[in-house]
Amino acid sequence: MAGGDGDLKLLGMWASPFVTRAKLALHIKGLSYEYVEEDLGNKSELLLSSNPVHKAVPVLIHNGKPVCESAVVVQYIDDAFAGAGPSLLPADPYERAVARFWAAYVEDKLVTPWGRVFRVKTDEARAEAMNQTIAAVDALEGGLRECSGGKNFFGGDSVGYVDVLLGGLVPWIKATARLSGAELIDAAKTPLLAAWMERFCELDAAKAVLQDVDAVVEYAKAVQARAAAAAASN
Amino acid sequence: MAGGNDELKLVGQWASPFVTRVKLALHIKGLRYEYVEEDLGNKSDLLLSCNPVHKKVPVLLHNGKPICESQIIVQYIDEVFAGTGPSLLPADPYERAVARFWAAYIDDKLEPPWDRLFRAKTDGVRAAAMKQLFEEVEALEGGFKECSKGKDFFGGDSIGYVDVALGCLVSWVKATSVLAGAELFDAAKMPLLTAWMERFGELELARAVLQDVDAAVEHGRMLMAKNAARASN
Repeated sequence: MAGGDGDLKLLGMWASPFVTRAKLALHIKGLSYEYVEEDLGNKSELLLSSNPVHKAVPVLIHNGKPVCESAVVVQYIDDAFAGAGPSLLPADPYERAVARFWAAYVEDKLVTPWGRVFRVKTDEARAEAMNQTIAAVDALEGGLRECSGGKNFFGGDSVGYVDVLLGGLVPWIKATARLSGAELIDAAKTPLLAAWMERFCELDAAKAVLQDVDAVVEYAKAVQARAAAAAASN
Repeated sequence: MAGGNDELKLVGQWASPFVTRVKLALHIKGLRYEYVEEDLGNKSDLLLSCNPVHKKVPVLLHNGKPICESQIIVQYIDEVFAGTGPSLLPADPYERAVARFWAAYIDDKLEPPWDRLFRAKTDGVRAAAMKQLFEEVEALEGGFKECSKGKDFFGGDSIGYVDVALGCLVSWVKATSVLAGAELFDAAKMPLLTAWMERFGELELARAVLQDVDAAVEHGRMLMAKNAARASN
């Protein structure tokens, strides 16, 4: 395992898919790191001083210097440890631009409405957010086709940047199916993505890092219950 | 100048700060390109075929291949034309991460309330968006301090990635200040950022590329009136 390059610490919360992304990247690159589980209801001084702008996880601290925002963290791991393990971003600038395009798509068009599904208060708003999320998955099928060129991953023969960013979400994709009955990645509608998800889960990094889906389901139920209780007492 | 074999075409719309972002990068790199002005109410086949996913500007065509999303385009220009003109992203991976963080902040935290402000159908929504925008810009003072390390620009001694990411919005910062009746970059709360904006505005680059502020003010007024009118139907 690498680690001679210095001291790596990851501040996270076990259920967060954004933290999972960072863990996947670290694992793929074969990097050792210290993991610190945060209680987001009682944030540590370290978290607050390392990420004063967002006060969020993940934060990767490398030789004492913090990197924040999961997509920035994953790119940093790829850049700073370019010699270690496979590259996550392609070498060719045009292919890099295509990978970044689909990564941005995952953030802006999939993650953003999906987050609203868990936060909004009315059934209509939730249904609308779910529709937007599902529409994004449909478009992502085309993205996988474009990026993979017929191979197994967005990164081609091996896992790349988009695979990591989307892969971090897989436990939550599966949990959403159990919580709402809605298959976000439906083999009938998006067969390439369904096959990709199975393949992704077979990777060593995925087996080592992805959260147990039952645990995520329980966590989501607890969060929803707390939100409902808070709303009821207003 | 880039090699004679490179054909660059930028599909844009004059008012868009995201298009301006790309123009700034092309100008800094000294790259020649063909500019195509889109009528976003009647999008061309070129735009729709080059950006089928979002159907938005800017799109940069390099030897016929489209690149979409302004920050991605700027990074592409910086990488492909690495030998031409100054580098926009720093060489050091950590400094690159810091630059990417602040560029993401601009688009993730400023753009949504700013967009809501102009699309608002009611005064209430507009006021809430305005308030949020004014709050979110304050963090940029710290961002400037972190990136500039006491120098003139986010990029240090010279213009860098974050200067381009924010600089493209300068005409809209000024226009929004006129429309709000209050300075979006409050000189008392954000002295460094205010000084940066003045400095940026004085550059030949800015004079060549940034939209006329009065035109932006008029465009903003038109957008707000259009969206308010739609609401009353």
